[in-house]
Amino acid sequence: MNIIEVDRVTAGYGQGDILKEVHLEVGAGQMVAVVGPNGAGKSTLLKTVFGLLFPRAGSIRFEGREIAGKPPEEIVRLGISYVPQVSNVFPSLTVQENLEMGAFIRRDDFKHKFEELFSLFPLLQERRHQKVGQLSGGQRQMVAMGRALMLDPKVLLLDEPSAGLAPLLVTSIFEKVQSINASGIAVVMVEQNTREALKMAHHGYVLATGRNVLDGTGQELLANEEIGRLYLGE
Amino acid sequence: MAELIVYGLVLGGIIALGAIGLSLVYGILGFANFAHGDLMTAGAYLALFLTTGLFADLGVSNAVFGPFSFGWRMALAFPYAMCIVAGLAILTDRVLYRRLRRKRSNAVILAMSSLGASFIIRMVVLIAWGADYRVYRPGLMRPALELPLGVRIRPDQILILVVVVLLVVLLHLFLTRTRMGKAMRATADNMELARISGIDTERVVLWTWWIGGALAASGGILYGIDVQLHAEMGWDHLLPLFAAAILGGIGNVYGALVGALIIGVVQQVSTAFMSPSYKPAVAFLIMIAILLVRPQGIFGGRRN
Repeated sequence: MNIIEVDRVTAGYGQGDILKEVHLEVGAGQMVAVVGPNGAGKSTLLKTVFGLLFPRAGSIRFEGREIAGKPPEEIVRLGISYVPQVSNVFPSLTVQENLEMGAFIRRDDFKHKFEELFSLFPLLQERRHQKVGQLSGGQRQMVAMGRALMLDPKVLLLDEPSAGLAPLLVTSIFEKVQSINASGIAVVMVEQNTREALKMAHHGYVLATGRNVLDGTGQELLANEEIGRLYLGE
Repeated sequence: MAELIVYGLVLGGIIALGAIGLSLVYGILGFANFAHGDLMTAGAYLALFLTTGLFADLGVSNAVFGPFSFGWRMALAFPYAMCIVAGLAILTDRVLYRRLRRKRSNAVILAMSSLGASFIIRMVVLIAWGADYRVYRPGLMRPALELPLGVRIRPDQILILVVVVLLVVLLHLFLTRTRMGKAMRATADNMELARISGIDTERVVLWTWWIGGALAASGGILYGIDVQLHAEMGWDHLLPLFAAAILGGIGNVYGALVGALIIGVVQQVSTAFMSPSYKPAVAFLIMIAILLVRPQGIFGGRRN
């Protein structure tokens, strides 16, 4: 069964629709990449799934339950975590405090999560009492993902985790995303870095001007000549 | 001069209690609360009502503590007035600001509505207690202590400094050690990310008003103990409150504290060179200067 099903969702800001009858399916534990040119509505899709934007039409189901129209505060409790592309950390809080805020709604003892995250992101351990505002872009991205993982989500929504990072860091961030996925968490990743994202993904979706253009396994899409020509610059 | 600096620290401590709340509200809700000074007035007059009215009727002893100018009545009235003013601040949020927030009104509309709230609070105080200057204990003069460097200070003033330090330390512990305190700092940093993390931001707003209102009330009462009460006392201090908050970097609690101490000291020291009636002008000059030279404040405030 699919853990997330987005069915003919239309959404947007103000007058215009940014997403037009978009569909997306994510199987439990899958890695799904959403790619496409700028302005395709990729980020808007993640925001709509997470409840930051209410769909005007269509349905969004999580584990078979309708979640369209629910606010983010409720959706995060169901087991979906979201990492925005920008402003995804609390800069005046320390690394550890950022992680604690990720676990804000947890009532149980979550100390073991710190150790778990520090073994995934060893760099953060030595900086755990440093303010996040003083960290580099790559380290911030790790804090942002760490914050989202504190709730042991079933699905992680990542909006362009590689944006603005140096090539070497991009590889390392993608490796982290893969090990998160390998631990059983389904990942929906929006990426500009199309080729790398599709290589990692079980399934990929290509969006353009707010509509589905194509979807298939990551390998299928990589082999597709039209995709290569339009979006991979070949 | 040493004496003026000490008096400046007392005044600065009182200003800090208001400026911290002003800065907190700005940090979380993003608007300048013009009613904040009048919350100080409300606290001072509630303490007057409790000490000379209710607690007198209840038969609480009128004796004073040692060298101080107040006793059990004020010791009891202080926390009660803090809680009542906190409730008043929450009430104005429920009646006024929350509705405007839900309509996504901009910061100017919110600031103007707070100006309206400030008039209402001030007028209620005027109707209830009149426009005369009042003191908590008429006719009671306590001898000042002689400290080195020719500093004469009343025991009340020493206690004011102690109370200010105590409240600031408590606030610091709350903001850095408790779950809700950390959530407040997180919300001030990035409200949307706080919601994304599942933080109940409306509860954070409630706590912000609670703390801002309680601190303002304590500042008002301490000013009443140090100087006297007047219906315009809080409104008159709004300028130093803003100057202190801006000087420290608006939205930054610790900045507001340092800013207030600087404003307080400079204001008092200025009386050595010019008439004390220019005190507000001095605060205003500092504010203009800091806005021209370093608009983000000494410690940098809220980004964006």
